Amino acid sequence: MSNDSIDRSIIGLIQGDIPLESRPFESLAKELKMSEQEIVARLRTLQKNGIIRRWGAVLRHQKAGYVANAMVAWKVAPDRADEAGNIMARFSEVSHCYLREVPETFGYSLFAMVHAHSDEQLLELIIAISEKTGLSDYQVIRSLREFKKASMKYV
Amino acid sequence: MLNLQDIDRAILDDLQNDFPLSVQPYQEMAKKLDISEAEIFERIARMKASGLIRRIGGIIDSRNLGFYSTLCAVAVPEVRIDSVAAVINQLPGVTHNYLRDNTFNMWFTLTASSDIKAAETIRDMEGVLGLKIIAMPARKVYKIKVSFDMGSKNE
Repeated sequence: MSNDSIDRSIIGLIQGDIPLESRPFESLAKELKMSEQEIVARLRTLQKNGIIRRWGAVLRHQKAGYVANAMVAWKVAPDRADEAGNIMARFSEVSHCYLREVPETFGYSLFAMVHAHSDEQLLELIIAISEKTGLSDYQVIRSLREFKKASMKYV
Repeated sequence: MLNLQDIDRAILDDLQNDFPLSVQPYQEMAKKLDISEAEIFERIARMKASGLIRRIGGIIDSRNLGFYSTLCAVAVPEVRIDSVAAVINQLPGVTHNYLRDNTFNMWFTLTASSDIKAAETIRDMEGVLGLKIIAMPARKVYKIKVSFDMGSKNE
C-alpha cells in the first residue's frame, strides 16, 4: 500500500467510534498490518497537517445542556463582513461562523451557529450579537427535525 | 442537563481537547486525573449510553483533504418533505440534513471530490426532485469550534 492509501484507510477508520479499550488502535493496526506506534505517529502527522481538525470526543450539544440552538443568517454589506464575522467569532456561544456565497433569492450571507441553555437566552444572545455588529437584518433558522447526521466517507 | 460530577466534566474536557494521541491514551488520561483507567472506562461508557458522547474519534477537515463541500437549501412543499428527505439522505456525500423553519425548509451539506462534481450532483438532484436547490459554499471561515467547554477548568 502506498503512503496515501494507508492514510486514506486510517482516515476512513477513525471517523467512526474507536473502541473504548486500553489500546484503542490495536485492531486498526492489525487491519493495516502496522504497529500501533506507527498508527499513532501517522495520526499525529495528519493532525499537524490539519487533515484531522480535532481528535477526541464529539458531544451531542442538546445533551450537554445546550437545548436552544439556531443557525442565524445575517445580511451584511461585503465591506463589513470581516468586521462582523470577527465580532461574532468572539462570542463563546457561537460555534461556527462563515461567510457564504448566496444567491439573491436568499440574500443572507453571514452564518453563525448559536447555542444557549434556553430560548430566552438564545434570543438575548442574538440581540447582543446584533447590537455588537450593527447588523439588524437577519433570519433565525432553527432546526425542526434531524434527517441525517453522519460522517463523510472519504475514499 | 445531565447530572454530571466534576470528574465527568474533567474527563469530557480532556476527551474533547486534550486527548493524548498515544498507544494507551486512557491510561495517560487516568494518570493525569488521578483515577484508575477502569473508572475512566466506566464513566465514559455511562456518558456514551446516556447519549452525551456521540462518538470518540477523528474530526476530518474535508477541505484540507482536498474535498469541496457546500451548504444547500431547498424549498420543499409540505406534503413531499419525507420523500424528498429520503432522496437527499441517500446520497453518500450528504452528511447533514435538517428540516428548518424557513421558506427554504430543508438544509443539507454536500461534500464531493470537486466543485464540478458537487454541481453535477446538485443538477441531477434538481432533475429528480423537480425543485430548485440553492448552493451556499463558504467563502470565509471566521470560526469553527467543535468542542463544548464543560467548565471543569473554572470550577
